[in-house]
Amino acid sequence: MDALIKRMNLPDLARQQGILIAFVIFLVVVALNSDTFLTIGNVLQVLRQVSIVGTMALGVTFVVLSGRLDLSVGSMLSLTTVVVVGLHDKIGPGPAILVALLVGLLVGAVNGILIGYVRLNSLIVTLGMLSALQGVTLIYTGGKNVGIADPDATWFAIFGRGYFLDVPVPVWIFLGGALVLGVVLAKTAYGRQIYAVGGNEVASSASGINAKRIVFSAYVLSGLTVAVAAVILGSRVMGSQNNVGQGYELQVLAGIILGGTSLLGGSGTILKTVIGITILGFIKNGLLLLGFAYYVQWLVTWGVIIGAVWLDVASKRGSLFE
Amino acid sequence: MKSVNSIDKSMAQDAPTRKSVVCTQHERFLGGSLLHWVGRNSIWVILIVCLIGFSFGSPYFFTVFNLSNILVQSAFIGFLSIGMTLIMINGGIDLTVGSTLALCACLAIGLQQYGLVVAITGALGAGLLLGFLNGIIVVKTGVHSFIVTLGGLIGIRGLVFVYTGENSLSATNMSFMNFGMISIGPVSLIAILFLVFIAFAQWALSRTRHGREAYAIGGNRQAAENAGVKVSRHIVINFMVSGLMAAVAGITMSTQMGAATPNLGTNYELWTIIAVVLGGTKLQGGAGALWGTLGGVLTLGVLRNGMNLMHVQPFYVLVLLGVVLILALIVDKQFNNE
Repeated sequence: MDALIKRMNLPDLARQQGILIAFVIFLVVVALNSDTFLTIGNVLQVLRQVSIVGTMALGVTFVVLSGRLDLSVGSMLSLTTVVVVGLHDKIGPGPAILVALLVGLLVGAVNGILIGYVRLNSLIVTLGMLSALQGVTLIYTGGKNVGIADPDATWFAIFGRGYFLDVPVPVWIFLGGALVLGVVLAKTAYGRQIYAVGGNEVASSASGINAKRIVFSAYVLSGLTVAVAAVILGSRVMGSQNNVGQGYELQVLAGIILGGTSLLGGSGTILKTVIGITILGFIKNGLLLLGFAYYVQWLVTWGVIIGAVWLDVASKRGSLFE
Repeated sequence: MKSVNSIDKSMAQDAPTRKSVVCTQHERFLGGSLLHWVGRNSIWVILIVCLIGFSFGSPYFFTVFNLSNILVQSAFIGFLSIGMTLIMINGGIDLTVGSTLALCACLAIGLQQYGLVVAITGALGAGLLLGFLNGIIVVKTGVHSFIVTLGGLIGIRGLVFVYTGENSLSATNMSFMNFGMISIGPVSLIAILFLVFIAFAQWALSRTRHGREAYAIGGNRQAAENAGVKVSRHIVINFMVSGLMAAVAGITMSTQMGAATPNLGTNYELWTIIAVVLGGTKLQGGAGALWGTLGGVLTLGVLRNGMNLMHVQPFYVLVLLGVVLILALIVDKQFNNE
């Protein structure tokens, strides 16, 4: 018995899995105070709400793992959403989706060239893109909102509003994407190269990895997942404002950090991102069900993000304070 | 003791040699220190080019009224960029400035029922306290300032909404609103305040021990610590300066508008970073100056104002700013990073 307790080493467990333990406690507290919280309907609802941020976070995880940041995803979401919604009535849903995906790939490629090949600082480049894409979005729409005239008459609705086997289609896209990209990251040579570049770029180049191309590809992937998220968002709302994606870059980063992926690169998984994003979704949903105003979740997010990374850093360091 | 000596020696040897290499290269190519100066102060060259260009573009641009207007418009981002420059020289970043600005602006208006002194001190105190909180979390937990202040950006905005309950607040005290209108000659008091603060900060950075050690921390934190620099104290102080400056920006902004909204200052952290980076301060730390930051702040202000006067739609200004930022980065790489 003593040996067992010693092996479990409670403080260590609290440090390593602290955020999950805190999350379980939170789930129990909310569930005791709300009948609807842990019903299948509500859980699916939460998953559907996080599917847009979650899908974006899948691509951004590749960027973060390669040791870079992408702050432009929020503006990119605005742009690709107004593109897909704006073109829907003009050229039909199929071509509109295709153009939106191409725009996402193109913007990702521009980021990738500037950061991967020209080797500029990713924070500043994507900050510049955040501003520039906001402008491009406004130029494209002329400052007006865009919308789809007849939401009930188009198969475009399936991406945001449809169900497959009683589960919302966005959730299938999010979790399906997570499965595919998770396998790519964990099981392929390409995935290992992403970790290698993020872990030690000089060493990875010395061992024959084309770091420039790897970074480039991570940004292209990020652009693609943002465009997919835009299709979900556009289909869900059937319209779009110019600033619809504002602040999404922060939510994406918050989820990735909360999951335990290191912002320095080289350490993290797709599963961690899915967990982090989902936890944020449940916190938001739970607080609303408990009757708090929506902005209370921001206060909780503040503590949760810093707390999660602190526990992570502390468990590696072996002490709580520096 | 031995390690301290060797680090000192290596630092002392390293700095002058690197500088002299750069000088000789430029001298070899163009035989002048002019190019060197331009390379280091490119933002002022860009600013002068913009000033000349817009003067030809619009008859209303180069007037005393408009120029003093630009100064006031730039002052708010300017206050924020003072703290941001200091923190970036330390090798950190502060994403909370926009949210802190909003909280302090709302406090400066909301606390006026208890008197003007309480309102102003309350707002300044809140800024200092939040800066202290950011700084102490950064140095005590060892979590990177980007993450700490990303959390703060979201959380402090939550505090603003909790305090205001989503409502806009408007000022009741007339003398408070008059403060924003005071000007000495053609120059507004808010702009003078900004220029005085940034001059003082530049003096502190180049003439005091705190300033010198700020560069040392950003250049090589471990080496600075080994050399006996009180790293934690310096970092906390700079975060407090940043919080205080955000409070000043929030208070002056609310005096000018006579009101405060909970969404005030959204995205200001991004504009501030753009201004500071345009001014030549490095995100990696260890290099930068408020002289350059002033150039960056003014360039942003001139670009927005000038494009506006030339009837360019504000949408294009956003694109231009993004492009300018990335171009500045490429130019900087060409000059300083062979």
